[in-house]
Amino acid sequence: MAEEHGARAMFVAGGTDLFPKLKRRQFEVETLIGLDFLPRVIRNGSTECAIDAGVTLATAAHDSHLQAGFTGYAQAAGLVSSPPLRNAGTIGGNLCVDTRCNYYDMTYEWRKAAGFCIKKDGDICLVAPSSPRCWAVSSSDTAPMAIALDGVVGLAGPEGDRELPVSALYRDDGIEYMAKRPAEVLTGLRLRKSANTRSAYVKLRRRGSIDFPIAGAAVAMELDGESVIGCRIVLSAVASYPLEAAAAEKFLKGKRLDQETIREAAELAAKPAKPLDNADLSHFWRKRMVRVVVEQAIQRVSDQRAGFGG
Amino acid sequence: MKNEITRDVERVVLALDVNGEARQLLVAVHKTLLEVLREDLQLTGTKHGCELGECGTCTVLIDGRPELSCLSLPIQLQGRAITTVEGMASGSELHPLQTAFAELGAAQCGYCTPGILLSARALLEENARPSRDEIREALAGNLCRCTGYTKILQAIELAAERMR
Ligand SMILES: Cc1cc2nc3c(=O)[nH]c(=O)nc-3n(C[C@H](O)[C@H](O)[C@H](O)COP(=O)(O)OP(=O)(O)OC[C@H]3O[C@@H](n4cnc5c(N)ncnc54)[C@H](O)[C@@H]3O)c2cc1C
Ligand code: SF4
Ligand code: FES
Ligand code: FES
Repeated sequence: MAEEHGARAMFVAGGTDLFPKLKRRQFEVETLIGLDFLPRVIRNGSTECAIDAGVTLATAAHDSHLQAGFTGYAQAAGLVSSPPLRNAGTIGGNLCVDTRCNYYDMTYEWRKAAGFCIKKDGDICLVAPSSPRCWAVSSSDTAPMAIALDGVVGLAGPEGDRELPVSALYRDDGIEYMAKRPAEVLTGLRLRKSANTRSAYVKLRRRGSIDFPIAGAAVAMELDGESVIGCRIVLSAVASYPLEAAAAEKFLKGKRLDQETIREAAELAAKPAKPLDNADLSHFWRKRMVRVVVEQAIQRVSDQRAGFGG
Repeated sequence: MKNEITRDVERVVLALDVNGEARQLLVAVHKTLLEVLREDLQLTGTKHGCELGECGTCTVLIDGRPELSCLSLPIQLQGRAITTVEGMASGSELHPLQTAFAELGAAQCGYCTPGILLSARALLEENARPSRDEIREALAGNLCRCTGYTKILQAIELAAERMR
């Protein structure tokens, strides 16, 4: 059906991202294809966990196995938007959530008055007018954590079923931000880790609830006592895709987790983040805060290792 | 202009369970639950705020859990139990939350009240003895511009106590 309707149709799961955007005419479609038929089960194992795309964020956040074994993922799901939105919003919808920009997430009338931009109806970028591309910001809280926990998504489409690592699901482009084909439905997410992996997600936003992230750090670390065997650090809301901090990951490998190491790793992780002036609060401040959220997330992982919970 | 075309409106017959009553109605398929409740069912207790998921005043319960009626399509809610603020009292007897809100002045302009009452009701059904932080978390999607929240928190605590 999605293939037959092409660009005139869109999928809808919880509708919590899509409906506000339809109201603001950021999307203009004739047909909505409801995904209510998607299963909603979480299958937990010790080193792998499979979550159906239709599972709500509230269910994922409250799942005690996820909280214990895939802590950062449950935290990220629980930090999306607000409680009533998490009761409707799904984990599949959160992985597909549209990129955001202050010049785009506005009413039709506002955009018309300000001048349309390339992402919808216009031909220039209002944030970086000399740039040929769109810099809208990847704003999913769970996508970075799914990458850090070595996630793989299931996709089902007219050409058959396939699996794709979450790290390959996104593109560095504010408009064509997903590598999934438009007619493909995301059916589920598998997270994988070793027995000694600990994870944490730290989110920065203006208020303690409702708001999208303006910076976020997803950290998953495999630990042997005090030393780091392997580590993934992925940032939210600092680029058009979830940004992996490869230099910091490499730096941490084999190191002991002490204050100095954590500080240096956070410094390295923040380097590639280049927030632009198209999200909430000042982008200079956001840039400075990336280091802080990474440091906090690594610290939380370190505290879990010491048995402080988290 | 491309953005201003008018389209034929498709209508559908829907069977909805609202406050325990089976309702059948013919509505435009694109109408939100908020619009259907207020315009087609005359249940105007559910308030219309930002329409974008940001304020929570349109909160209703779907199968007992708070969701936003401004971002729900009734066609996706057939077979599910919808509860609005009109469904809180039993007959002429107010729900203990409603009584506590009135007694303590937890409503000033009252615009946020229906949504907050429903979020609070869902919380108390799951947790009879919530801490103040748990109440705050449960209300984290409902904005109030008048009360400063303290009276709301106190009223929920009072109602919880009376309901135990
Ligand atoms: C006030 C407000 C605050 C918010 N804050 C946050 C926040 O802090 N962090 C955050 O990450 N998000 C936030 N959101 C966005 C949204 O609520 C969440 O991202 C939510 O998880 C989206 O899930 P959904 O099921 O409602 O998706 P929908 O709105 O149904 O869909 C979103 C997009 O994904 C596509 N889609 C959905 N499911 C599938 C699938 N299974 N396969 C293929 N495509 C699919 C849809 O076509 C659409 O393009 C906020 C939204 C609002 C209104
Ligand atoms: S980054 Fe530029 S093109 Fe993209 S949405 Fe913002 S203003 Fe539009
Ligand atoms: S009117 Fe629904 S959240 Fe504001
Ligand atoms: S009482 Fe006025 S908004 Fe809450």
